[in-house]
Amino acid sequence: MASIRVRAIASDDSVEVQSLIQHPMDSGFVKDSTGNLIPAHYIEVVTFEHGGKPVMTALWGPAVAKDPYLKFSFKGGKKGDPLKISWVDNLGKSDSTEATIM
Amino acid sequence: MLRRAMAALLVLCGALGGALALPVFAADKVDPAAEQKAFQAYFRAQFPNVPQDDFVNGPYSMDKGMRKQWEEIMQFPPYDFALDEGKKLFATPFKNGKTYADCFPNKGIGIRQDYPYFDTKAGEVVTLSMAVNRCREANGEQPLNWETGPLASIMAYMSETSRGKRFDIKVPDDPRALAAYEDGEQYFYSRKGQLNFSCASCHVQSAGKRLRGDVLAPAVGILAAFPIYRSDWGSMGTIERRFTSCDAQTRAVPLKPDDKTYRNLEYFLSYMSDGLPIAGPGTRP
Amino acid sequence: MSVQRDATEVDAERRLILKCLLAAGLIGGVVGSAPPARAADATGWPTDAFKQKSQDDALKALYGKMPEESDKISLDTPEIAENGAVVPVSVDATALPNVTSISVLVPENPFTLAASYQIPEGTAASISCRIKMAKTSKVFAVVEADGKLYSAAKETKVTLGGCGG
Repeated sequence: MASIRVRAIASDDSVEVQSLIQHPMDSGFVKDSTGNLIPAHYIEVVTFEHGGKPVMTALWGPAVAKDPYLKFSFKGGKKGDPLKISWVDNLGKSDSTEATIM
Repeated sequence: MLRRAMAALLVLCGALGGALALPVFAADKVDPAAEQKAFQAYFRAQFPNVPQDDFVNGPYSMDKGMRKQWEEIMQFPPYDFALDEGKKLFATPFKNGKTYADCFPNKGIGIRQDYPYFDTKAGEVVTLSMAVNRCREANGEQPLNWETGPLASIMAYMSETSRGKRFDIKVPDDPRALAAYEDGEQYFYSRKGQLNFSCASCHVQSAGKRLRGDVLAPAVGILAAFPIYRSDWGSMGTIERRFTSCDAQTRAVPLKPDDKTYRNLEYFLSYMSDGLPIAGPGTRP
Repeated sequence: MSVQRDATEVDAERRLILKCLLAAGLIGGVVGSAPPARAADATGWPTDAFKQKSQDDALKALYGKMPEESDKISLDTPEIAENGAVVPVSVDATALPNVTSISVLVPENPFTLAASYQIPEGTAASISCRIKMAKTSKVFAVVEADGKLYSAAKETKVTLGGCGG
């Protein structure tokens, strides 16, 4: 939960979602100060759900930037509705949170 | 005397004809107020289309393509996590029960623009990061790493509470304050290191120009957006981090991050930017 | 006594877990469109597609077809990236009908597929994200709409910064 920042704002009939997730998104191509490759460690799947249905599924690879950001919009959400976000990475780690649409 | 003349000459260098009336070979005593006027006038003359306040945005005030990417990233700034952490850390009491709020005027909220200041009792420049670490030590805690991590997060929070407030930096008519100001000024204008650059080489003479893929920030307002999340670092950095890393990049031997001269440099640069708004924490390439 | 389970048993179990997860809505799935042709692992992540070095191979793995250029896709990337590690990319394909997927590919990257977004009905065909670019490259936005594939491209220059360190 602590790794996911979300802003979900409802206007007219649309909800704009902006998310920032704290994650190194290491590509596996970068060396550390001792010259050893930092192993690849990146989020693979992020799901956004509203009303029990997915409103966005992001499939990410190592080329997504560190602390990845995503913005998108969907219809049907109202102020006060919960929005569930969860991610899983290539090492099997995961996190999830529930945000409230404003 | 020669130092001051050289400093004044450099500032005059790019100015459009005769716009500055600077007493280049004046009396021996430095005149920070006059130098500040000339400094700000130089950049206004170099960049007539940049609103003065916008200089605090560094490269983004100099280049449209860069600015667009910055606006994109600022929709959800990458320093958000550090800012949150800073807020928590700031509110967390020390082991003895006291807090940072006990060390600062106005409980430490909305005061960043008053730093650095010259402490006439102690006879030295006090920067905000120094004040934070001294607060810790006065309350039985270890000082924090000067360049990144928790101190950068705390500085991010304190800067955020001052966002938009204008730098209010004073150089009192005190020989020790003037000496500190000059020490910082001299460091700024002195060429050093293998590449023989001074800070002014890039940030005065080449402001707005490209250094390979980067666009150089103007010196005026250059500290206003600190601490910064630099994409290059993938993390937060304080003014101290940028001073040491920039010295190292120009292949000069960096000073220790808490060196007196770096504090004096911050003092000089902040005084040159007096009146410009705090724009931190910030993001940079 | 230890039991050695054979591959088919493990596979079947994995598929069962996958079905349960999908049913519980705990992992993503696109409603109303054909799933990618091959090589999605248990979490729905297209392993094969993300391994490909060539754009054609990545698209074949991901969609099983090739795109045609379209001027109905608005792709926004910087002309010169301020930093190759954080390049903002925006794709607006709202002018195309029934968009089900938007992908971002960078042919000059070690693995060409950067990201792929599954767009369910009710979600706008428009995303903004930030990617890494190893060097100057065309950035491709590939959009699946009404079962057909479309693309647009824009070059973004990436150079070494002078102030890094």
